Amino acid sequence: MVPDKKTIWSLLSAITDPEIPVLSITDLGIVRDVQIDGEDVEVIITPTYSGCPAMDVIASGIRLELEGRGYGKIAVTQVLSPAWTTDWMTETGKEKLKAYGIAPPQPQRHTCTPGLFATADAVPCPQCGSWHTKLLSEFGSTACKALYQCQDCKEPFDYFKCH
Amino acid sequence: MSQLIDYTCYLGDNALILGHRNSEWCGHGPVLEQDIAITNISLDLIGQARNFYQYTASLKGGDTTEDTLAYHRDAAGFRNVLLAEQPRGDWAYTIMRQFLFSSWQHLLYTSLQHSSDTQLAAIAAKALKEVTYHQRWSAEWVVRLGDGTQLSHEKINTALQSMWPLTAELFVPAAFELAAPAIDPKTLQQPWHAQVAEVFREAELTLPAAVDGNSDGKNGAHTAYLETLLQEMQYLPRTFPNATW
Repeated sequence: MVPDKKTIWSLLSAITDPEIPVLSITDLGIVRDVQIDGEDVEVIITPTYSGCPAMDVIASGIRLELEGRGYGKIAVTQVLSPAWTTDWMTETGKEKLKAYGIAPPQPQRHTCTPGLFATADAVPCPQCGSWHTKLLSEFGSTACKALYQCQDCKEPFDYFKCH
Repeated sequence: MSQLIDYTCYLGDNALILGHRNSEWCGHGPVLEQDIAITNISLDLIGQARNFYQYTASLKGGDTTEDTLAYHRDAAGFRNVLLAEQPRGDWAYTIMRQFLFSSWQHLLYTSLQHSSDTQLAAIAAKALKEVTYHQRWSAEWVVRLGDGTQLSHEKINTALQSMWPLTAELFVPAAFELAAPAIDPKTLQQPWHAQVAEVFREAELTLPAAVDGNSDGKNGAHTAYLETLLQEMQYLPRTFPNATW
């Protein structure tokens, strides 16, 4: 089958992150490019974190999906530069995260240019919307998240931290 | 080329060995949130090691892979600083080491992200964002313990005194650090001292006097602690070569 970029991108947008299954890899902004050379397809992805254990699963997910659709030679290449940033997450992705109960990265990047003892990000609760929340730990259930608790509805929640 | 291979391996070894040490806390952290924090830091460090090793393997060529570098080298082939391989000790020891190490790594990666070697620059720029969190998390713990109870102060101070002589190695150049793209470690020493001193003031800790050191670990002369660490870490791939999941 002769690949075209638009179709490949739309197939990629159906592949989800294994750790946050409501987000597709295009929502996350980790697909940087699709290169087509004759019948060969190269998908270029970038990791969210150096040690992200989801990357290998995502790479094989891409290969399986495209091979299953009958495309010939599939290469998944990982590049590090430019380094992924939460700014590349789409607005749709941020909405999906919030609906899933994870606070999306805040546009005001307090922690991205931190000194020591910088104050924690102010993050609204994804359940009740209150800004009366507290950082419990810089590190949450995965390396890309921090753990917060809402002081009003008392729910603990993950925050996809600014990066 | 061989200097660059040694240097990239050195950067990977530091990250892998400390990452492995920290992973020993998995299931043993003082509280759940901090157990998760220290193991997330492990994951970041091991991820950085993979990036450096993949680059090393591409430079070496042949049959070398990230796995052969991690699992099929003996202690004398590792170039990590001695500080990284010391046993995890108590929580105070782990915290103090992480703070001193992350503060150094933060300065190193800040310089390295502008390297003329584009792959080293890319790995460093990626890792720098992670190390920023490690440094802040560990600095806050140094203050919490130093400016906490009498007992916590004693423990963090004991940890500091016992590891301080090992920090000298971070700034003593090995042969592979003498030319670009390696960062001259001596240029990191003064800013590192300034940052560490600032946190120690908050933590009510006294900055120990500067000590002389050598670059033993960087040259493959390790303490016996690395041997036991490698026995554990390399057990499976050495017992069952080419095992896969």
